[in-house]
Amino acid sequence: MGEMKTGGQIIWESLVQEGVDVVFGIPGGAILPTYDDLFKYNYPIHHVLATHEQGATHMADGYARATGKVGVAINTSGPGATNMITGLGTAYMDSTPIVAITGQVSTSLLGRDGFQESDVFGISMPVTKHNYLITNIRDLPMALKEAFYIARTGRPGPVLIDVCKDVQQASMEFEYPSELNLPGYHPHQNEPDPVAVRRAAQMLNEAKRPRIVAGQGISIAKAERELRQLAEIANIPVATSLLGIGTFPSTHPLSVSWGGMHGEAYTNFAMQECDVMFAIGARLDDRLTGAFETFAPKARIIHADLDPAEMNKNLTIDTPVVGDALLTMRELLTQIQPNEHPAWIEQIEEWKSDSNDRDILAQETDELIAPYIMRELWHATDEGNCTVVSDVGQHQMWEAQYFRHTKRRSLLTSGGLGTMGYALPAAIGAQIGHPEEEIWVVAGDGGFQMTMNELSTIVQERLPVKLAIINNGFLGMVRQWQDVFYNKRHSGTPLFNPDFVKIAEAYGIPARSVTRKEEVFDALREAQAFDGPFLLDFQVEEFTNVYPMVAPAKSNADMIRRPISESEGE
Amino acid sequence: MTKQDVSRHTMIAWVEDKPGVLNRVSGLFGRRNYNIESLTVGHSETPGVSRMTFVVRGTDRDIQQVRMQLYKLINVLDVRDLTDIPHVHYEMALIKVHAVNGTRAEIMRLVDIFRADIVDVDLTSVTIRLASKEDRINALLRLLQQFGIKEMVRSGRLAMVRGSAESELEEESSKSENGYAVEQFELN
Repeated sequence: MGEMKTGGQIIWESLVQEGVDVVFGIPGGAILPTYDDLFKYNYPIHHVLATHEQGATHMADGYARATGKVGVAINTSGPGATNMITGLGTAYMDSTPIVAITGQVSTSLLGRDGFQESDVFGISMPVTKHNYLITNIRDLPMALKEAFYIARTGRPGPVLIDVCKDVQQASMEFEYPSELNLPGYHPHQNEPDPVAVRRAAQMLNEAKRPRIVAGQGISIAKAERELRQLAEIANIPVATSLLGIGTFPSTHPLSVSWGGMHGEAYTNFAMQECDVMFAIGARLDDRLTGAFETFAPKARIIHADLDPAEMNKNLTIDTPVVGDALLTMRELLTQIQPNEHPAWIEQIEEWKSDSNDRDILAQETDELIAPYIMRELWHATDEGNCTVVSDVGQHQMWEAQYFRHTKRRSLLTSGGLGTMGYALPAAIGAQIGHPEEEIWVVAGDGGFQMTMNELSTIVQERLPVKLAIINNGFLGMVRQWQDVFYNKRHSGTPLFNPDFVKIAEAYGIPARSVTRKEEVFDALREAQAFDGPFLLDFQVEEFTNVYPMVAPAKSNADMIRRPISESEGE
Repeated sequence: MTKQDVSRHTMIAWVEDKPGVLNRVSGLFGRRNYNIESLTVGHSETPGVSRMTFVVRGTDRDIQQVRMQLYKLINVLDVRDLTDIPHVHYEMALIKVHAVNGTRAEIMRLVDIFRADIVDVDLTSVTIRLASKEDRINALLRLLQQFGIKEMVRSGRLAMVRGSAESELEEESSKSENGYAVEQFELN
């Protein structure tokens, strides 16, 4: 028999049992009993006070992506909980393991539209892997146990537990459950079908122009080493998805960068021309594939993913392999034959050099442009020995294009939901997960302003997060679409910006603005040398756009290429 | 049939009888834009397990997606497609028809022909119950329209595999003990 514990105590003790030592949140009326128990019983859990619940949720997300552990966010009912929805949606789309705990009004008030009541159970259903509404303390321990299990196993994702206030105050004899009862959830049946693996191996062995597309599933399964072995043994070029960046060193001779809407031209050419495509741990979403029916027209496709619902979702798959990426890779490695594809590799090299000739960095310009900053950041960090947390927009694409990621989990970014404002709070979570790591926020001026309130969390937690704002005075990516598809009518995209240096200084964060190319490297060094957070406001050329670009619902073969001078600068 | 052909499928899902489970299933259908014609929920033979019968229109790919997406829900225990397995299916309708002296006898004759039942009679109406296939219910409704239908309710389809075909139902399981076989994803 366990001891008598309150619902609040049960929450904290369960978190301790799950190995949680940090949570991100903001207290409020409906979660007060639980916060009180944290204070009263002094649990060995550090509470990071965010300034907005969306921030708290992104912090848990960044922590989870950087460490691979479950991130925990805790907030109050009503607006506290609804503010978390963007964070949960972000985590859901990118398969991040989060447990979100929200207070709810007391059971006697449920459904009566009382102060700060919202149907969080209903609202969060489409953006969580699973969720709970707890109206009886007897259900609380098992819900917590299940939530952590569901969040981190199988295809990871966010799980929300909404706990009524009176449940937090009630007491019961508590013992953390040792057994689970989830008859409809079997994440450990994750061995690939041997027939499917055999077929996949045969296709790869016989391929003349094979290529791999590696997604985040590789990093979740920790299969980076096996991916590299497979590529090297069978001599197969590897591209990644945006979230797959870091799963294969982008400096490796077999690397073909990352593909899709703003992928390098050679990446997309290689995608369109390959005869066997092996996609593993990637969702194959529209930003990667372009118009589905035009994607990889000459290829037979092998799609390996843990989630059976990804099979045939967007594309028709020749060989679906449902299973864990690591187990799949290990099986494939026993059946794959050493191979050479000299003509194919040579063709890709030729495409690569074509791209290099047109590279934006090769253009003669004195203007300060983001690609240059990203390449300098790569140099300044000993060729990428840091974690970059990028926001969403043009800078995100330039970061992915010009910063060469070689380390696993070294790029954290909101790929699926495309959540502007993700970077700053996610970087806070990442830095708390890895205190010794050099962490760089790369954000646009638009996205930065969506969550810049969390600068105070950086200061409060004494985190040495470095911030680079790519400031072009526009909602840049939206402006780019207006340039290309809306005849340059800049509806709603010019920004009125504050002085970001003064903003940072108001929080006690040293800062510097950078307007000239020659200053970039020194400024980066100054930020790195400072023992604490530092903000750099890079005031870049306003009208530079991201190339190559594939128009939405167009084929990846129809890229808008460089040169930039013809399409911009007017 | 090609992969583009749209057809109607009768499917069964067994779900844990937990709060919100109907919400989860119907929400999934809604947000993924699946074309559900009917959905019926009730108890199954196992305590704590509810059984849903639903009729969905779609291509092979759509139907595969419906199954796999449903199966991802934590509270969904199994999903099976009965369409190509011998099964019985019925729907129930209650129809309240305008009936007065002079028309009542004619209505009762139709009720006999359709082997339906009259479950309530009043001065100006009769209420008819018919448990049958959808097309027979449609036929009766068409014939009753001339008298004036005051109210009507239909249950949606209920389906069960024939005793002789139970082994086929087993083979139709969404997921074998050893994970997902490559054939499960073949599109015709």
